Amino acid sequence: MANKTKLSLQNVSISYNEQVAVKNVYLKIASGKVTSLIGPSGCGKSTILRSINRMNELIPNCKLTGRILYDGQDIYDPKIDPVEVRRRIGMVFQQPNPFPKSIYENIAFGARVNGYTGNMDELVENSLKKAAVWEDCKDKLKESGYSLSGGQQQRLCIARTIAIEPDVILMDEPCSALDPISTLKIEETIHQLKKSFTIIIVTHNMQQALRVSDFTAFFNAEPTQDKLGGKIGYLVEVNSTDKIFKNPLQKETKDYISGKFG
Amino acid sequence: MKTEQKNKFSLKLRPSYEKWMDKGFKNITTVMAATVAAVLITILVVVFFESREAINQYGINFIVTSDWDPINNKYGAFTAIYGTIVSSLAALIIAIPLGLGTAIFITEDFFPEKIRFVIGLMVELLAAIPSVVLGLWAIFVMEPFIRPFFNILHNYFGWLPLFSSEAVGPGLAPAIIILSIMILPIITSIARDSIEQVPSKLKEAAYGIGATRWCAIIYITIPAAISGITGGILLALGRAMGETMAVTMIIGNSNQFSLSLFSPGYTISSLLANQFGEADSIQVSSLMYAALILMIMTLIVNVMAQWLVKKLSLKY
Amino acid sequence: MNNKSYENISSQLLFNSRGKRNISNRLLTLVAGTFAVISITPLILLIAYVLIKGGSQINLDLLILEPQPPGAGVNSAGGIGNAIIGTIIITIIASLISIPIGIGAGVYLAEYSKNGSFSKAIRFGTNVLSGIPSIIAGIVIYALIVVTKVIFGSTFSGIAGGMALSIIMLPIIIKTTDEGLKLVSDDLRRGALAIGASMYTTIMRITLPHAFKSISTGIVLGVARASGETAPLIFTALFSYYHISTFQDIFYEMSSLSVLIYNFALEPYKEQNELAWAASFILVILVLILNLISRLIGNTKPS
Repeated sequence: MANKTKLSLQNVSISYNEQVAVKNVYLKIASGKVTSLIGPSGCGKSTILRSINRMNELIPNCKLTGRILYDGQDIYDPKIDPVEVRRRIGMVFQQPNPFPKSIYENIAFGARVNGYTGNMDELVENSLKKAAVWEDCKDKLKESGYSLSGGQQQRLCIARTIAIEPDVILMDEPCSALDPISTLKIEETIHQLKKSFTIIIVTHNMQQALRVSDFTAFFNAEPTQDKLGGKIGYLVEVNSTDKIFKNPLQKETKDYISGKFG
Repeated sequence: MKTEQKNKFSLKLRPSYEKWMDKGFKNITTVMAATVAAVLITILVVVFFESREAINQYGINFIVTSDWDPINNKYGAFTAIYGTIVSSLAALIIAIPLGLGTAIFITEDFFPEKIRFVIGLMVELLAAIPSVVLGLWAIFVMEPFIRPFFNILHNYFGWLPLFSSEAVGPGLAPAIIILSIMILPIITSIARDSIEQVPSKLKEAAYGIGATRWCAIIYITIPAAISGITGGILLALGRAMGETMAVTMIIGNSNQFSLSLFSPGYTISSLLANQFGEADSIQVSSLMYAALILMIMTLIVNVMAQWLVKKLSLKY
Repeated sequence: MNNKSYENISSQLLFNSRGKRNISNRLLTLVAGTFAVISITPLILLIAYVLIKGGSQINLDLLILEPQPPGAGVNSAGGIGNAIIGTIIITIIASLISIPIGIGAGVYLAEYSKNGSFSKAIRFGTNVLSGIPSIIAGIVIYALIVVTKVIFGSTFSGIAGGMALSIIMLPIIIKTTDEGLKLVSDDLRRGALAIGASMYTTIMRITLPHAFKSISTGIVLGVARASGETAPLIFTALFSYYHISTFQDIFYEMSSLSVLIYNFALEPYKEQNELAWAASFILVILVLILNLISRLIGNTKPS
């Protein structure tokens, strides 16, 4: 792979309340590409995603070992400010979560927080255009973000993230709460966005991974040894999406892709 | 046919007493619900009826004069009305930042959950302390302790009318402090409930675009919870205006009007508590008139609280 | 397309503790923490004072004896026995009036009303009633009951005091019943009605038992509130220096802990002041225990 590495996870393990959720992940994310994380539920793919911009720290008793390098800098170094990390690594969530403010303010808020001093109207318009939602809301910028449909709300959230001009965008199953048509539109948006951003997307929909991503990482889970019924997630393999879906190296991957489990 | 059915299946018509009971129960609960309206109307009617004599005699003068002269039968409640408004608003000014700050502190994870739980519990228990016990504490502990601080204010800012007299004992200022202690739990617990109801996905969204913790609190969480917080503040105001015992015990009970917070004063409720027992004829009517004014004031504040909560509530 | 430069990333990501944003963040955290500490200080000081000053005096005599009038010249101010009994009796009277009416009204609001204008008016009225200053409840009962002597010719009495307190308790019980019943799942209600149960049976056997927890929490809180109230009692139950001896005594002046504290706090005699502290101790302990009980009921899991 000749691609420049944007993020590098080195032996990352994450646990909640002393219970290991995902262990020993080594993963490199290529710069300017779309990488999708797939796997059965409970395999820790969302957990890994949230650790990349330190959102997992909002959950009490969450512990991470190993290193996550962002352009060569360990973002879990005690000297690093998590807020600065999140300004460069933005996130779009599973449920559309616009702020209870106007559409305009939803975009402007993040930009203002990040000290944006340029033309706000222009930024709002550009961000909404890039997220392919401008046509839907250009006439009602002053209305509440909740006046939009679910799919439009999600694209508003993407626009909000784009507005802070991050380097990397994390998407946590962005289409799971949406209908097929909205999903298609979000996927088109992702295709547009990968020209400017490095994108990591968690999805439970393999077809979506195939459609949008350049690289795919497959995670799986194994039951824990104790009888609590917990699961420990681990990374099985990562490769170009083409290879993962057509010619995976591991049997587990092949079984999952062909629908034998999960 | 009839006997056959009886044997197979003991389905029978509901006995009449059961129907009667069903209907009767509904009627009884309806009457009990109506009792609330009856009690409320009775209170309004009694207070209005009893105060008619004073309303006819003094009219609007009652509100703008400060005489309380049982010998010449001249009554005016200006000092008490002023005291009610000033003490409750001043208490609010003290309690809002304290209550809101505490509410934020116990909803954010600055400290382990157990510590925050204990702080929340203690604030709520403060609300349970009877007013008369707070009054006792105010007389013997709080006021003597705080008096030197009032006198420092008086020494340096005595040129301000608010601090123009020396603090020598009971007065408006200690009443304000005790009122702010009493309404603090209302503001804290309602603000906490409203903040906790803000969906965590909104906070996550703010963090996700690089907002700091306080940025998220000030621009996202508080605005989303503002309806509940405002309602809580207004409820606290209503409570402060009607609070009786602790205030009566510490405000000094004087109808002499003074701008200074360190002078003794009156609130309507302390006027009632203090004078009602020894009053007769037109004085009783005057006290009822004062009670009517107090009731209208608290009514307006409470209705506004309910209206605001409805109007400002946002959908998430 | 990206205006920001991501060169030299490691230095940009560093936590800059002198940055304006981080300083203001820490400052605000400090302010909130200070406010929280200030908010709990009065409670700690008050409870400590009541426990030490009041608790040190507690002995059997104090719990049983009658108080002595101020300036009676005896060394001891006596006890608070009659006030303890009085508080219990007046609170029971208030509960007997307000609990059935309150639960009935709550059942009507949650089960029968169809959110029409009548039930809206009742809910609104309940909120207004809970906002009415407690002293007003006292003077209204004074005007209606004490002056008119409608209750067997008695004037100031424990009954009148209980009636005034019931006005305070009523909205608390209605609200918790209403809210508790609204939390009961409609599926349960439909399930009972679908097998042919009457509304009466459904409410009595299904919904009320399911809401038992929140209703009893409300009752305990109402009792706690009522037992500490003073303002409704000073013109209705008044005060008495004597123990009750017969049932008829509830038609006469009756002492209570709260009025005893109010009366004796303002006396210039040290003995009476100390009795007020002792009464405060009992009252605070009683109220705190009731509050903790309501919390325990609220926290138990439904079986």
